[in-house]
Amino acid sequence: MANFLLGRLVQSLVLLFIVSVIGFAVLHLAPGGPLAQFALTPGISHAELARMAHQMGLDQPLPVQYWAWLRRLLGGDWGHSYRDNQPVLAVILGRLPATLELMATAIVIAVLTGVWIGVMGAIRRYSIFDMLATIGAMIALSIPTFWFGLIVIYIFSVNLGWLPPGNRSTIGGGGGILDYLHHLIAPAIVLALVEVAVWSRYMRASMLDVINQDFIRTAHAKGLPARTVLWHHAMRNALLPMIALAGVEMPTLLGGALVTETVFTWPGMGRLLLDSLGYRDYPVVMGILMVSALLALLGNLAADLLAAVADPRIRLR
Amino acid sequence: MAQEPLLEVSHLSVTFATENGPLPAVRDVSFRLSAGETLALVGESGSGKSVASLALMRLVPPAPRVSLGGSAHFCAADGSRHDLLALAPDAMRRLRGNEISMIFQEPMTSLNPVHRIGEQIAEAIIFHQGASHRAALARAGELLEKVGIPDAHRRLSAFPHHLSGGMRQRVMIAMALACTPRVLIADEPTTALDVTVQAQILELLKELQHANGMAVVFITHNLGVVAEIADRVMVMYAGLIVEEGAMVPVMTRPRMPYTRGLLHSVPRIDPETLGSAPLTAIPGTVPDPLHLPPGCAFAPRCAHAEPACAAAPPPLEPAGEGRLVRCRRWRALAEAPA
Repeated sequence: MANFLLGRLVQSLVLLFIVSVIGFAVLHLAPGGPLAQFALTPGISHAELARMAHQMGLDQPLPVQYWAWLRRLLGGDWGHSYRDNQPVLAVILGRLPATLELMATAIVIAVLTGVWIGVMGAIRRYSIFDMLATIGAMIALSIPTFWFGLIVIYIFSVNLGWLPPGNRSTIGGGGGILDYLHHLIAPAIVLALVEVAVWSRYMRASMLDVINQDFIRTAHAKGLPARTVLWHHAMRNALLPMIALAGVEMPTLLGGALVTETVFTWPGMGRLLLDSLGYRDYPVVMGILMVSALLALLGNLAADLLAAVADPRIRLR
Repeated sequence: MAQEPLLEVSHLSVTFATENGPLPAVRDVSFRLSAGETLALVGESGSGKSVASLALMRLVPPAPRVSLGGSAHFCAADGSRHDLLALAPDAMRRLRGNEISMIFQEPMTSLNPVHRIGEQIAEAIIFHQGASHRAALARAGELLEKVGIPDAHRRLSAFPHHLSGGMRQRVMIAMALACTPRVLIADEPTTALDVTVQAQILELLKELQHANGMAVVFITHNLGVVAEIADRVMVMYAGLIVEEGAMVPVMTRPRMPYTRGLLHSVPRIDPETLGSAPLTAIPGTVPDPLHLPPGCAFAPRCAHAEPACAAAPPPLEPAGEGRLVRCRRWRALAEAPA
């Protein structure tokens, strides 16, 4: 176990390093730069721009810039935003809770409904419900998240007026948990939709695989009620591959969250990323990239640990 | 044994609905089983023996994919009689694993990988007998000891993957015996075990039969095991009974050419003929159940077949010594040496 965790740590550090190199390179490949907007300011001279670039270290060769960034990061300094000179870590940590809240709600919705749809589809294979669920999943997988978000806003906020069209709470309102929940409904469902489809398909396949196993026949041969066989014998086995899926889906969910946040003006990391990208705010973008990669790695680690707990055949080495 | 049979199967048929038409897996199988009796069900793979036993347990998929015909009257412990094929699913479930239970032939995959074996055995005891968890686990420990698992009580908390195939098969056997069933259907229960363990298990089954009057349907293609334990033998071919009778006459003076073929396919250790007696295999393979020959299903592989054999199916008829044979030529063959 200790060996496993140590191995994972080393592995993760290597991965984070690779992610940072690629991210840094791609980011600087994009045309323009942090100073592009100043270039439009009337009366600014080339000399002044060059002086600013030199101050920010942007005139250095890319590897030198990367090394400087990495050295500061290793020292615990995430840098400061080019936009407002706020410390990057504080900015990200300020936005992280909103994103995590959205992701957690969406994953709970997705797992509960997806697993239920998948199980029902598997035990009533080729029934009308199963067909509808299959078609529904195909549609849900094909719909772009931003488009679905806009449609939800159009129907439920603009036309029906049931749900707020954006933000995490009523601006200037007293807040309160109900107000937060009210704002959470639409973005969480929009973010969950694709995941519901994914989970229902995987769960259906996994359940079908399990209910045709010999040990399910053994359970029936013991005379156990169908319900016990399903929940006690089949479910636990069918959920095992789902744990790994949860880990793998983590980055997808994060990506979806960034889009959803933008559509619903959700004050999370997604909007921060989009805004920072617009300004070429390199330190913030790199910070978000590293936090996202860390979240994905932690998600996979959690999935592996959970799998070892749930499946007695797995031993972590 | 003059007493009422525990299990009376009449005209059992099992037909699978397939894309290529109905597939008759079991056709017109009838037999009686009395308390304490062991009936060996013998035949090649695909002869319908496993399907017939699964049908009796009602563990085949439901209609319309599978249709069951005939009846199987079972005499329960309280004296009531039930047709296993017509019983309501709930009532059937109360018998299954309790009064009639089954050992499967795949020990590696027949245990749930995520539950401890003690729990898996105790489960049926709790469910059928309303025992407490603690009492059921204690009973599970006794059962494991009985089937010869060393250090049985400690093994209760083992997971299936901790055990070898032979050990797992013993767990399966313990599970089937958990509620002291009146009828045990054992589908190749000793195939995965080495001979010494096999002998122990057969001994154990015999003991339980003496103690509880348990009847056993023993499905096997190990004719050595048949000779060891069976009171009666039923030989199946292409879903039909082709020969049935008491063990000694069937095994020593088989009438049906297929039974003879089976017996001749068994290697013998006989010092006089060692290395010189050829092992005769039955030529050909089991017929495709979707395209059964119009006459005797075995005729295409039979050395004694006549044109009449291939023309119409032979009836199952009495052939002396209380046995039944499905062969047009059994009289002629009985006189000729095997």
